Amino acid sequence: MQLKNKHLIGLEGYPKQDIDEIIETAFSFKEVLDRPIKKVPSLQGKTIVNLFFENSTRTRISFELAEKRLSADSINFSASSSSLNKGETFKDTVKNIESMKIDAAVIRHPFPGSALMLTNYIDSVVINAGDGTHEHPTQALLDIVSLKEKFGYIKNLKIGIIGDIAHSRVALSNIYGLKTLGAKVVLCGPSTLMPVRIEELGLTVNNNIDEVIEWADAINVLRIQRERMNNALIPSVREYRRLFGITQSRIEKHNSELVIMHPGPMNRWVEIDSNVADSDQAIILDQVLNGVATRMAILYLLLSGKTKKDS
Amino acid sequence: MQTEKINKNLVLKNAKIIDPFKSTEINGDIYIKEGKINSIGKATYPSSSKIIDCTDRIVTHGFCDIHVHFREPGEEYKEDLNSGSQAALAGGFTRVCTMPNTSPAIDSPELIRYIINRSNECPIYIHPIGAVTKSQKGKELTEMKAMLNEGAVAFSDDGVPIENSTVLRNALSYSSMFHGNIKIINHAEDLTLKNSSVMNEGITSTKLGLKGSPDITESNMVLRDLEIAKFTNSHIHVPHVSAGKSVKHINSVKKDYDKVTAEVTPHHLFFSDEDLQNYNTNLKVAPPIRTRDDRKILINALKDGIIDCIATDHAPHALEEKECGFNCASFGMIGLESCYGAVNKILFQENNLNTVSLIKLMTSNPRKIMGFENDLLSKGMDAELVILDPKEKWKFTEKNIYSKSKNSPFIGEDLLGKVKYTIVKGLINKI
Repeated sequence: MQLKNKHLIGLEGYPKQDIDEIIETAFSFKEVLDRPIKKVPSLQGKTIVNLFFENSTRTRISFELAEKRLSADSINFSASSSSLNKGETFKDTVKNIESMKIDAAVIRHPFPGSALMLTNYIDSVVINAGDGTHEHPTQALLDIVSLKEKFGYIKNLKIGIIGDIAHSRVALSNIYGLKTLGAKVVLCGPSTLMPVRIEELGLTVNNNIDEVIEWADAINVLRIQRERMNNALIPSVREYRRLFGITQSRIEKHNSELVIMHPGPMNRWVEIDSNVADSDQAIILDQVLNGVATRMAILYLLLSGKTKKDS
Repeated sequence: MQTEKINKNLVLKNAKIIDPFKSTEINGDIYIKEGKINSIGKATYPSSSKIIDCTDRIVTHGFCDIHVHFREPGEEYKEDLNSGSQAALAGGFTRVCTMPNTSPAIDSPELIRYIINRSNECPIYIHPIGAVTKSQKGKELTEMKAMLNEGAVAFSDDGVPIENSTVLRNALSYSSMFHGNIKIINHAEDLTLKNSSVMNEGITSTKLGLKGSPDITESNMVLRDLEIAKFTNSHIHVPHVSAGKSVKHINSVKKDYDKVTAEVTPHHLFFSDEDLQNYNTNLKVAPPIRTRDDRKILINALKDGIIDCIATDHAPHALEEKECGFNCASFGMIGLESCYGAVNKILFQENNLNTVSLIKLMTSNPRKIMGFENDLLSKGMDAELVILDPKEKWKFTEKNIYSKSKNSPFIGEDLLGKVKYTIVKGLINKI
C-alpha cells in the first residue's frame, strides 16, 4: 500500500483512504512499541533530516524516536530565531542539506506555507511538522488515532476544539481530518481568536463552553498563550477561565464522561484545570505515545519500498 | 526588442486610429515627418517613406502609467531608470511617474533634479513624484514648491500611509496653493487595522493560516482622506483601489466634489484572493488582492468612471525577496509588460468595455490627472504613439519581461492584445 501523495503537507483535501491506512499502520506500530525491543528494520538505509526552524520539544523528540525505531538514519537541524530573520537563506540551507543525499525532510517552520515551499526546492519526501498557524497534520493524525483507540470509530463522533483557534495549526488539521472521516466538529473560543468564515469548513462555532462540553464526546483543548493579552485579544487569564476554562466543576456538572485531549504544551490552570488534565478521562499522555506510532506509520508509508528514483 | 531611430518620413499605414482625447476612432494613415505628426487620416507622403503596415492594428497615444517604482537611487539591483524604461516600452508606455520610496527617498528638490537629469538619458518620459514628508516619515513637509519647480508632478509618501490626519490636512492644504492641480497621493491602509497582515482577510486567509486584513482597512482611510481633501478644498488621488467599499466612498464624495481621482491596478482587476491558495508570493501586494466581489466592483467602477485610470504599481523585487516564504516576502509585483494584455482581456473581452474607453484608461485619463499635454494626435506633436494588436492571444512568459526583476504572477497566464511598437523620443521600438 502506497499513499496517494508523495508528501504530507496538510490534511486539507487529503484522501480518506490514506488517513485510514495511516491509522491502521499506526496501530500495528503501537504493538511494536509494547515489545521489549522496540525497533524494526523497515527504514534501514534511509536518511531523514529533521529541519526545525522553530523550537519544539515534543514533536521533534517524537519524530526522532519514530525514525530511530524504524532504523532510519536521522540528522537534526535547528535554526536559531536570529538566523531565521535572514529568510532568504532558507532555500540555500535546504538545498545544501538535500545535496547530501537525503530521503525525507521533516520540517517545522514559523511561516505558513513553508512545507509546501520546501517541496519546490527539494526532491525528497517532505513531512510538515507544523507550518506557522497553518497545519500540523501529524498532530491531527495522532489525535485521530487516539480517538479511534478510545472510541473504536470516528464517524459521527462529536468533537469540540476549544480555545485559540486563530493561532493554532492543530485546529485546522484536526478540522480537515475529522471532517474527512465524518466526525462532527464544534469550535469554542473567544470571538477574537476565531478565524473569519471558519464555519465554511463545515462546522459550527459555539461560544458557550458549557453547551459544548455537554454535547461533545471528546474535546481537544488548545493552549492559550499569555502574549495574546498584549494584543487586546483577551483581557485576562481569569476572564478566559471564566468563559472557556476546562474546569473540574464544568466537567462534573455537564459531562462527566467527556474525553479530554490536549496537544501540549499545557498551561495548567489557564485553559485546563490541573486535576482535569491528570484525570482518567484525559488521554493526553496516550496522545504522546500514539504520536510516535503515528509518525512511524507516516514515515513508513511514505518511505518504505520506494527508491529515490520512483518516489 | 528592436530599436531604431525614427525615419525622416514614417507612415503608419491603414491603422485604426484611436484618439482618446477627442474620443474618435478612424481608419487611415498617420504620416510622421521628422519625428512629428504631420497628417492623420488621408495622408500624402513621399514614396520613399518608411511604411509600417498597421492593418487590424490600433494606433493611439503612448500609454501613461502614473504609479511605478524604478528603485533608483538605492536599489538598482531590482530596477533602475534604464531597465524600468525598457519594461515600460515593452508594455507600450511612453510616460511614467516614479514613486519616491527610493533610498534615499525623493524628498528634496536636489533629488527631483537627479531623477529629471537621469530621465533625460532614458528612452521614455519619466516624471518623479516627490515625497510628501521628509524621509516619508509622516512628520515634516517637504519643500513642495522647489520640488515642483525642478519637475515633480505630484506628492506621495508611497507605501507609507500618512497616518497623522493633521499632517495629511496640512499637506493637502499646502499643495493646493500651487498651480496645476497638484495631487497628493496617499496609500490608504490603516496600519492599526492592517496589523501586520499579509493578505486579504477571508476564507482563503483562514485556510492558509495567514494573517489577513479586512476591506475596511483600506476604505476607512479612503473615507478619511476624501473628507480631509474636501475640507481643505484640495486635490487628492487614491492609488490602487482594492476594495469595493472604497469605491462606494469615492463615488459618494465624487458626486459633489470634483477634485478626487482614483486608479486601479491590473492585478486587482485580474486576480482574486483565492488565487493565493498555493502561497504564490508574487501575489503578495499592498493593498492585498481581495475577493471576486471586490474585483467585480472595481471593474464596474472603471466602466462607470468612478475610478479614472489604470496604473500598474510596477514594483520590482529580487528573486530572494520573494522566495523566502509568504510572511517574509516583500510586497509588490511588476506590471508594465503584462498590463495591456491583462487589462484588455478583463475589460474588453470579459466585460465588454469598448476599445476607446479602454484606451482612455491608459492614456488620456492618467495624463489628465498628472497635467500632461493630452492632444498628442495633432499636427506638430512629437510622435508618442503605440501600435497594438488587440486580437493577439499570447501567453505571458519570463521572456516578455524586460524589468530586472521577474516577480510577476502573470507568468503563465493567457493574455489578449499585444503591444507591437512603442514610438517615443525619436525612436521606434519594435516589441
